[in-house]
Amino acid sequence: MRKITFAEAINEAILTAMRESKDVITYGLGVPDPKGVFGTTLGLQDEFGEARVFDTPTSENAMTGVGIGAAINGLRPIMVHQRVDFFLLALDQLINNAAKWNFMFGGVCRVPITIRLIVGHGWGQGPTHSQNLQSLFSQIPGLKVVIPTSAYDAKGLLLESIFDDDPVIFLEHRWLYGLKSNVPKSSYRIPIGKANLVNEGSDLTIVALSYMTIEAIQAIKELEKIGVNCDLIDLRSTSPLDFELIRKSVKKTGKLIAVDSSSKSFSVASEIIADCAIESYNYLQKPPRRVALEDAPAPTSFGLTNSYYNGALEIYNEAIGLLGIKEENTGSKFIKEKPHDVPGEWFKGPF
Amino acid sequence: MNLSELQASMLRIRLVEESIANKYSEQKMRCPTHLSIGQEAIAVGVCSNLTNEDQVLSSHRAHAHYLAKGGCLNSMLAEIYGKVTGCSKGMGGSMHLIDKSVGFMGSTAIVGNTIPVAVGSALAMKIQEKKLISCVFFGDGATEEGVFYESINFAIIHNLPVLFICENNLYSVYSGLEVRQPKGRKIFEMVRAFGIESSHGDGNNVQQVSDYVELARDKILSGNGPQFLEFDTYRWREHCGPNYDNDIGYREEEEFLEWKKKDPLKDIFENKDLDLVKVLFNKFNAEIQQAHHFADNSEFPSDKDFQQIINS
Repeated sequence: MRKITFAEAINEAILTAMRESKDVITYGLGVPDPKGVFGTTLGLQDEFGEARVFDTPTSENAMTGVGIGAAINGLRPIMVHQRVDFFLLALDQLINNAAKWNFMFGGVCRVPITIRLIVGHGWGQGPTHSQNLQSLFSQIPGLKVVIPTSAYDAKGLLLESIFDDDPVIFLEHRWLYGLKSNVPKSSYRIPIGKANLVNEGSDLTIVALSYMTIEAIQAIKELEKIGVNCDLIDLRSTSPLDFELIRKSVKKTGKLIAVDSSSKSFSVASEIIADCAIESYNYLQKPPRRVALEDAPAPTSFGLTNSYYNGALEIYNEAIGLLGIKEENTGSKFIKEKPHDVPGEWFKGPF
Repeated sequence: MNLSELQASMLRIRLVEESIANKYSEQKMRCPTHLSIGQEAIAVGVCSNLTNEDQVLSSHRAHAHYLAKGGCLNSMLAEIYGKVTGCSKGMGGSMHLIDKSVGFMGSTAIVGNTIPVAVGSALAMKIQEKKLISCVFFGDGATEEGVFYESINFAIIHNLPVLFICENNLYSVYSGLEVRQPKGRKIFEMVRAFGIESSHGDGNNVQQVSDYVELARDKILSGNGPQFLEFDTYRWREHCGPNYDNDIGYREEEEFLEWKKKDPLKDIFENKDLDLVKVLFNKFNAEIQQAHHFADNSEFPSDKDFQQIINS
C-alpha cells in the first residue's frame, strides 16, 4: 500500500467527501490560497469551484454561524482555521448554537458541520498560537471531538466526521502533517469513539492522543528494551471517549499513565484517571499517573520550551517511576538530532 | 393580503401575548418569557410577504415572529408550559421556538446569534439555487454585537438572499440607546455605509412595514443582494415577564404613553364594538383558550424523552 502524509490524507478525505456528496462545502481563511492551509486544501477550488470552496472574511464567529445555517439546510460544511486559538472568537456560535441546536429544538434539526482546528507547536508559537484545547471542547455536551494521530486515521475519521449528522471538532496537531502512513486510495470511514490499540503489552497501560502518541511510541520502544511491555492506546477522539478499551487494558495491566498534550488540570488525562478511579479501582496496583503540561501558558523562548514540553523521555521516566524500576537517568536514549522546537530538520520557520 | 387581514393577524398575536401575561402568575409557564406586545406590526408586516418556504430566524422575543410566520399556536404554548407536545418537545421553552413546516427555523436566547445562521441559510439557498429568501429578526442591541457586522459583510460579499430586520425598541433590557450608541447615530445609515441597501420605517405601521418588505423581497430575488430594514417600535411590558415596569426608573411613564398612542392595533381597538371586530375577538379568544387548555393538559417530557433526544 502507498504511504502518504497526514496533510495529504486530510486533503484526500475532503476531496473524497466532496466527490461523494455535492452537499459538502469547504471554507475558511486561506482555503484557496497558494499554501492551501498546510497543503490540506490544495486543488479543491480547482475541482469544485468557488461556490463550494471559498475563502472568508476574518470573521470566525459569523463564519461558524454561517456554517450552522448552511448545515440546517442540508449542506455539510467543513470549516478550517489555521490555529485553534483564533477560533476562540467563535465560542458563542459553537457552544450556544452548534452544540445545542438539535437538542434545544427537540431533536428536529441536526447540524452536520465539521470544524477543523489546527494546533500549533514549537518555533516560538507561544501562549496564543499553540493551545491544546481538547478538554475545553470535550466538556460541551453536543460536540464530538476527534483528534487523530496517523494519516490513516486522519482520512477515515475526517470522512466519518463530515458525514456525521452532528457538529464535530476535528483537531489536527501540526507536527503530524509530515508523518506518513499507509493510506488506502479508497473511501473508508473510522467510527468516532473507538480508540486504537497501537501496541499490546501486559505491564502497563499508556493512553495518549494526537502528537503525544508519536512520543509515546518512542517511549515504549525503549521500555521494551528493559523488559517492560505496554498497552498503548491512541484515543482518536476525546468525545466520545473510549473508556471501555481503557478499562479493559487496566484490568489486564493494573497500571495507567495518561498522556495529554494540554495543561494537566481538568485535562482529558484527568478525566481518564477519574474514570479509572471510579471504574477500575479494584484492578489498580499502583496510583495512576499523568503526563501533561504544567498549568501555565506556553512559553515562547527557545530557552524555555524544551523543559516545558513533554516527550518520550518524560513518558519513559514516568513509566519506570510508576513501576519502581531503578534505572539510570535515561536522557541519552532520547537525544534528538534536531532542535527540540521543530518537527524536523526541514523546518526553518517562519511560522 | 389586505389591511384587515394584517390587522387580524396582529390582533391574534396581541391576544395570545396578553393571555400569557394574564396566566403567567399561575406559575405553570415556568421559563423566561419575553412578550412582543406593542411590536406586532413588524412581525406581521414582514411575514405576510414571505412564503412558507422562505425562512425566518429570530431572537429571545420571538412569539410574534413565530405566529406571524404561521407557527402552530398549540405547540408554542405547550413549549412555554414545558410540555412534550411543545414545538421543541419542552427542551427549549419560550426562547427556543421552531416550526420548520412553515419555515420558522428557530429562535435563540443569545443576542444576535441567529444573524449569521440566517446568512448561512441564505448561502445554502444560493448554492442549492432556490428562489427563496432568508429573513432574520433582531433588536437594536444586536447591532452592537460584532457578529452583526461580520454577518452583513459576508452576506454582501456573496450577494446572499437575506433580509435583515432590525426592530429598534430603544432598549437593551434596561439600558437605553443613549448609553449604548453615539448620539445621533441612525442604525440604518451606519449599515448602509457597509454597502448594503438599507431603509428605515415606522414599525408600528403594519402597511408600511409590509410595503417595505414586499419591495425588499423583490429586490433580493432579482439579484440585488441582501437588504436591511430598520423599524422603530416599542415594547410595552417589561423586558422579560408579564408586567409593566415603567415605575422602576429606567424609562418614563410618559414615554410609554406616547408610544401607546401609536399602538399598531389602534384602529382595531377603537372599533372594538363593531360586529366584525367582535367576531374576531371571540374567534381568537376561543382558539387561545383551547390552546392553553391543550398545553396545560399535555404531559411533561419524560426522562426517556430527554434521553432519546440527547442520544439520537
